[in-house]
Amino acid sequence: MKARVTVTLKNGVLDPQGKAIEGALKSLGVEGIAGVRQGKVFDIELGTADKAQAEAALKAACEKLLANTVIENYRVELT
Amino acid sequence: MKSAVIVFPGSNREGDVLRALKSAGSQAEKVWHAETELPKGTDLVVLPGGFSYGDYLRCGAIAGRATVMDAVRAHAARGGLVLGICNGFQILCESGLLPGILMRNANLKFICHRQFLRVERNDTAFTKAYAKGQAIDVCVAHGEGNYTADEETLKRLEGEGLVAFRYSDAQGHITQDANRNGSMNSIAGIYSDKLNVLGMMPHPENLIEDLVGGTDGRGLFESLVSSFARAA
Repeated sequence: MKARVTVTLKNGVLDPQGKAIEGALKSLGVEGIAGVRQGKVFDIELGTADKAQAEAALKAACEKLLANTVIENYRVELT
Repeated sequence: MKSAVIVFPGSNREGDVLRALKSAGSQAEKVWHAETELPKGTDLVVLPGGFSYGDYLRCGAIAGRATVMDAVRAHAARGGLVLGICNGFQILCESGLLPGILMRNANLKFICHRQFLRVERNDTAFTKAYAKGQAIDVCVAHGEGNYTADEETLKRLEGEGLVAFRYSDAQGHITQDANRNGSMNSIAGIYSDKLNVLGMMPHPENLIEDLVGGTDGRGLFESLVSSFARAA
């Protein structure tokens, strides 16, 4: 079983990197972009076939390390 | 006084901190991050600056979960002193010992320059040798020093007097220009609730000798040593 964890900044948290990317896209002449927020994606290989166990492990991974919940949200997709 | 300077893979300011501690009169030794206990009789734990784990994931995130951090948390819970400088401040925030987080500098640049700080209070173990409101001349060197916290946390830090230092000009005035990394309320350093844990982005250990252009950083280490001389 595999999972993809996506970590994104919470709304309202200033994202200078996203802003810089947004500016670079504008200077490249890419039109129709209203805003960019940068996040992280983790592709995770699970060592269990048990869905509930996998979900628990992923939640623990996100809460303990992958996301800093002061500023970030996370989303888990099992595939 | 006995100090333990924790070394993580990628720490690089441990030598300067050891030197600053010893020259102020503390015993000091390095402690590897994989240790499960602090040396017996440790009074002060220092998390030095650097780039622990190459700043992977988030600055200080992996070091903040190192084995030795359980011992550091226990030391802090007993009222023991903990000082985190630069990456050490980031580690303290990531380990839950201090609230908030250090985000990428608002101007996206790594900043490295001399910097004045205003000492917000001088009744703590870290700042006794300074005057309240004094502007001290130290330096900063970081890419992620933009202190950020939610509104409630910020209100609590301000309300309870837990802001240790703010970026200021040479006269101690808090100006937008002095706050080069974009920190909320110009915060350069904060204390824990019990004032025994201090995290700060600037480097006091760099300015301890006239030879390198300043001695304003000495006061912090002398404060710590004198606190113990009196307590013992």
